[in-house]
Amino acid sequence: MAKAKKEKQKKMNIRVDFTPMVDMNMLLITFFMLCTSLSKPQTMEINMPSKDDNKLDQTQKSKVKESLAVTLLLSKNNEVYYYEGLPKQESLKKTSYDANGIREMLMKKNINVILQIKQLKEKKTNLQITQKQYDDQADKIKDEKNTPTVIIKATDDAVYKNLIDALDEMQICSISKYVIVPITPKDKDMLAHYNGPK
Amino acid sequence: MAKVQIKKKSVFIDMTAMSDVTVLLLTFFMLTSTFVKKTPVTVTTPGSVSVIKIPDKDILSITIAKDGKVFMSLDRQTDMASNLQAVGAEKGFSFTPKEVKKFQVLPTFGVPIAQMKSFLALDDKSEDKVLPTLGIPTDSLNNEFKLWVKHARENNPDLRIAIKADQNTPYKVIKDVMNSLQDLKENRYNLITTLKQMPKGV
Repeated sequence: MAKAKKEKQKKMNIRVDFTPMVDMNMLLITFFMLCTSLSKPQTMEINMPSKDDNKLDQTQKSKVKESLAVTLLLSKNNEVYYYEGLPKQESLKKTSYDANGIREMLMKKNINVILQIKQLKEKKTNLQITQKQYDDQADKIKDEKNTPTVIIKATDDAVYKNLIDALDEMQICSISKYVIVPITPKDKDMLAHYNGPK
Repeated sequence: MAKVQIKKKSVFIDMTAMSDVTVLLLTFFMLTSTFVKKTPVTVTTPGSVSVIKIPDKDILSITIAKDGKVFMSLDRQTDMASNLQAVGAEKGFSFTPKEVKKFQVLPTFGVPIAQMKSFLALDDKSEDKVLPTLGIPTDSLNNEFKLWVKHARENNPDLRIAIKADQNTPYKVIKDVMNSLQDLKENRYNLITTLKQMPKGV
């Protein structure tokens, strides 16, 4: 009996109580959970035209087919206007950032590309092509000659969100050719004289 | 007698397994974590459908607050120090090693260089209070922002510029920042956004 008791005690001694260890670990975990940002923020990559090329751009700009150019004017109070081709007071139209605003207009313009991209996407979901092939082909489709070119001009009264929304629409509508340029006095004048749809 | 002993044993819960789990979780969090940087102002970024993630290192992040104040941060402390010295030298200020040391551990900076010395003399608490009211000057007369970016680029050619602006920032401020970057031939940069669902049917 005595022998048995001794053995039991020995067994008890081996056991280490892990409760404080767990307590401490839980505390550390809580600390790390609160202090970390797990999801990395998303970004949008943009390329601006460089200043030295501005003169060059002027000549390039005239190369853009009139019928394919769309100019977006971002104005105050989340208003957005656009015109196609050359700046003319008559062609200035007011639109909005929702789905049936600029998106619908741009989609109509870019319908060929969008349809092709859609087909490509289906191919990808059916695993007929790999991601890399998809990217290559999508780039090729987007770079085709007769795709619209969007010129984004923002007034000083516009907010940053407007700019991002406009850039976002480019992505949604698969438009590869777009540029952010400073607003011209002529555009400002047109905005000032805009008086509703005719 | 035997029965009592069994009862006593069942009270004692074996924590080893639990501890295993917690240590595992802890390791996971320690390895994956990137600490949230303390920012002087809260910025709500606009949403976009873009899914490109921001790279891990070599980032020069430019924070633009709603009221147009501009702040910057670099992810490497050595860059911070050399940047301060370079900008200081150009503007005719020199900093003691103690001041440089204090500067390089700042999570974000945004102080006109003329006020840098007095700012670095403050203690941490008043620094936090003062910082949101300052910001780097970006106007064309005194474009210190340009200097900071220029020297940051000289120090680290692989640097990527990320702009994190509040969604209600007036475009005028953004334009000033973008123009300054354009002057420096920094034509590629990232705009930080939050994820937005791609609209249906596209």
